[in-house]
Amino acid sequence: MVHLLIGNLGHLLVIVAFVTSLLATFSFWKSTNNQESTWAGFAKWMYYIHVMAILGVCTTLFLIINQQYFEYHYAFSYTSKYLPIYYQISSFWNGQEGSFLLWMFWNAILGVILIQTNKTWKAPMMMFFSFTQVFLVSMIMGVVIFGGKIGSSPFMLLRDVVSDPIFDIDPNFIPEDGRGLNPLLQNYWMVIHPPTLFLGFATTVIPFAYCLAGLYTGRFKEWIRPALPWAQFSAAVLGLGILMGAYWAYETLNFGGYWNWDPVENAIYVPWLVMVAAIHTMIAFKKNETALKASIILVITTYVLIVYSTFLTRSGILGNASVHSFTDLGLSGQLLIYLFVFIILSIVVAARIWPSIPSAKEEVSAYSREFWIFIGATALSLMAFQVIIPTSIPVWNEIIEFFGGNSNLAPPAEQVEFYTKFQLYFAVAIALLSGTGQFFWWKKMDRAELKKQLSTPVMIALILSALIIVIFKIQVAGYILLLTASVYSVVANTKIFLSVAKSNIKLSGGAITHIGVAFMLLGILFSSGYSKILSKNNTGLVWSKEFPDEVNQNNLLLFLNEPRQMADYSLTYKGIRKLSKDYGYVDLNDIEGAISPLEIIIARETKTSTGEMLQPGDTIDIFNPENSYFEVEYQKHSGASFTLFPRLQMNESMDMLVYSPDINRTVTADLYTHVRTFPDPESETNWSEVKEVKAEPGMTFFINDYVAKFVSMEPLDEVAGVAMKDGDLAIKTLIEIQGENKTYQAEPIYIIKDKMAGRIPYVVNDLASKITVQSILPEENSFVFGVSTTQKDWIIIEAVEKPWINILWLGTLLLVIGFGVATNRRYTEFVKMRDKGME
Amino acid sequence: MKKTHIIGILVIAVAIIVIISTAGDASAYVTFKEAKEMYDHGNKNKIHVVGTLKKAENGDILGIQTSPDMLSFKFTMLDENNFEQEVFHPNPMPTDFLRSEQVVVVGSYENGKFIADKILLKCPSKYQEEGVNV
Repeated sequence: MVHLLIGNLGHLLVIVAFVTSLLATFSFWKSTNNQESTWAGFAKWMYYIHVMAILGVCTTLFLIINQQYFEYHYAFSYTSKYLPIYYQISSFWNGQEGSFLLWMFWNAILGVILIQTNKTWKAPMMMFFSFTQVFLVSMIMGVVIFGGKIGSSPFMLLRDVVSDPIFDIDPNFIPEDGRGLNPLLQNYWMVIHPPTLFLGFATTVIPFAYCLAGLYTGRFKEWIRPALPWAQFSAAVLGLGILMGAYWAYETLNFGGYWNWDPVENAIYVPWLVMVAAIHTMIAFKKNETALKASIILVITTYVLIVYSTFLTRSGILGNASVHSFTDLGLSGQLLIYLFVFIILSIVVAARIWPSIPSAKEEVSAYSREFWIFIGATALSLMAFQVIIPTSIPVWNEIIEFFGGNSNLAPPAEQVEFYTKFQLYFAVAIALLSGTGQFFWWKKMDRAELKKQLSTPVMIALILSALIIVIFKIQVAGYILLLTASVYSVVANTKIFLSVAKSNIKLSGGAITHIGVAFMLLGILFSSGYSKILSKNNTGLVWSKEFPDEVNQNNLLLFLNEPRQMADYSLTYKGIRKLSKDYGYVDLNDIEGAISPLEIIIARETKTSTGEMLQPGDTIDIFNPENSYFEVEYQKHSGASFTLFPRLQMNESMDMLVYSPDINRTVTADLYTHVRTFPDPESETNWSEVKEVKAEPGMTFFINDYVAKFVSMEPLDEVAGVAMKDGDLAIKTLIEIQGENKTYQAEPIYIIKDKMAGRIPYVVNDLASKITVQSILPEENSFVFGVSTTQKDWIIIEAVEKPWINILWLGTLLLVIGFGVATNRRYTEFVKMRDKGME
Repeated sequence: MKKTHIIGILVIAVAIIVIISTAGDASAYVTFKEAKEMYDHGNKNKIHVVGTLKKAENGDILGIQTSPDMLSFKFTMLDENNFEQEVFHPNPMPTDFLRSEQVVVVGSYENGKFIADKILLKCPSKYQEEGVNV
């Protein structure tokens, strides 16, 4: 039965959410001058109904996914029957509609908090806040007005989206199963990364709304106090979200790193940088009008960039520029309107009040803290500018073509090198400024004091850096600079931290954050700058003379059970495994088959990776039928060894093969291994010509160069799939073959049925051998076995070493903690002022 | 001159450098013919070529050859002008390669051969609807 009700309810709730967000915006506007008016109460209730509607929409969509209503396009496209509940959650935001919804969900919740915590700011701020929600809800409306479609609804029925003849025959047809969650998203990070990132997205609107509210009501200075803690919170969450995305990419994707300067990454990195710049000028606004003006511009720019990044990633404009796949839902026009409305609105609101904002009268001193903060904010803005200009190349093309020109610009071919060559030096500047600026912040400075304060940290930093440069043999000039600057920043900020924390730990947020940033830079410097591909082709053989010499081959071919040397390791590929719930990895060759998608039967005695022995006929539970793992053993020359299990996900309904790496983590370095390709399981095996071997029981002979022993034979009374009659005969032979790691038992069968000979061969996959009983020679008491062989199973891997990557994660943690401390401090200040009746 | 002016000039200078370098380092979408001309004129910049794989009438893909060590392969690509070019790629074949509807290769000619450092694939069928597969 097609469940129409739930989808209609969802759609209705979306429309309710849209209408209430409009009404809330309007009535908050009406109540800006009188926050006790009936408009104010009405506005609040409209907003609360809006929140209820958004929560209702989310619940409805989740129920459709959770109850597996595959008659709905969303459930059919992104989920499947056997998807565990935590991945059903990530199905929710697999589609664009769902990710917009996630964004709106956070906005809705944040709005409630803002209404509860604000007094005088409530109406004007919530007016702008609700207005953004109008545009977001419109993205999932799915309503046709005047022939134009507004938004793409997540509540579309499959039959309305897909044209399939089945729906002409039976409009009520419901597919048995959905297409499933994109294998790339089946990762625990995809359960927590999107909510974090979208909480970051959602919070960027708060400083923006305060800013516009301040400009609108003439409180062009006061808005900073309530906005600052939210800006810090937002920067922390957004930063964490970005890093989680990087970590997910590192663990799941195959490009061998955590950051690729892909447009999708850049689009969110840029607003984050600008937001951090804004936080700096917001801290300095009190004594400096330039900083105030800069804060207004930067806060507005941050939000506009957030909308712009949404436009970039969701309009399909990046089509040929990014390795990511984008679905174009036809929202580009709507997204452009969203973008332009907010640009124009901001300019209009700011322009009205701009002449009233005082300008700086006197020249700012180079020894003032405002000066250094301003330089820091400038560096951050330029850093962002350098990324957004090339990232927008597809947009420049469109603009040129819109004006009748012709442009074929493409993003830089070597994007990592291109961005690095600039960002590296910006990072040096940031590290130096974050180390030095703090001294100006906490102490009144002049030339003598500066010398006194800086000499010790500079000395320590230089000595430490020199040591590191010598020990780790760092020779690239840019790296030496970045290293020294980052070490200096760590040392200087630690000194600040110690002196500030002694008086009041609550003030130490800045120092902690800056230490975090410096650690991140060090982590990036080592893990990316000194990332080493271990699987370089060292055979010296480059395929054919057709290739130019300088082509790098970074991959290694491993045949099953044949050790290969790689750097300090000896590598052995041991075969394909399935991951069981209770017994670790189980050899695929020892599995008979599946009795249900989550249960498999064991075919023969097998030892699992946890050391358990499983017997034929045992049934065991597995986590995910789509997943297989390649067992790769690393043996160090020193004797230590470890095993990695890079993953393969096969999603048949999506016809997708996805490889994910496995990582061996130690304190000093990660060893990252991923499989690039393996023999297509659907291709036919090419067996060699049969070679005949004559053997009598007890005799040893060779099968594909392995020692084999003809152990015994026994008559069989029945053979599966063959109807035996009187006079028919079946004989099973048992051959034991010594493999590299274990003994394999082959049991080819010979049948005489109706006086005709039949042969049931036995294949030992690991040994790439097929054995048949060709004939029996009773007079010689021996058997003739036929042996044919094929290519051994193989995988091609890439192995990369990432030194000191943990410093990057440690730095991220410090960054978030530091922002947390700073947010707490600034929020307490706001609450104090509010309760005094000042806000 | 005031300090703010100096800073202003520096900022503008950096911005100009950024824009110039973007224009200078940007790659371009070209055809194989244009790429060849660039190469013949000594321009070694890596470029983007958009095209498709060569297919027989029954849809089989033609001209793919994997190296004996399986670590690299070559294929035949048709650019937007249907110019046929053999392309070398020093990596194993990407997973969805044979299914791709559109291929973007990033690379350049070297010694008369086109070497693709990077291959971007468009396999829209993956996410788009093409029936329910009952």
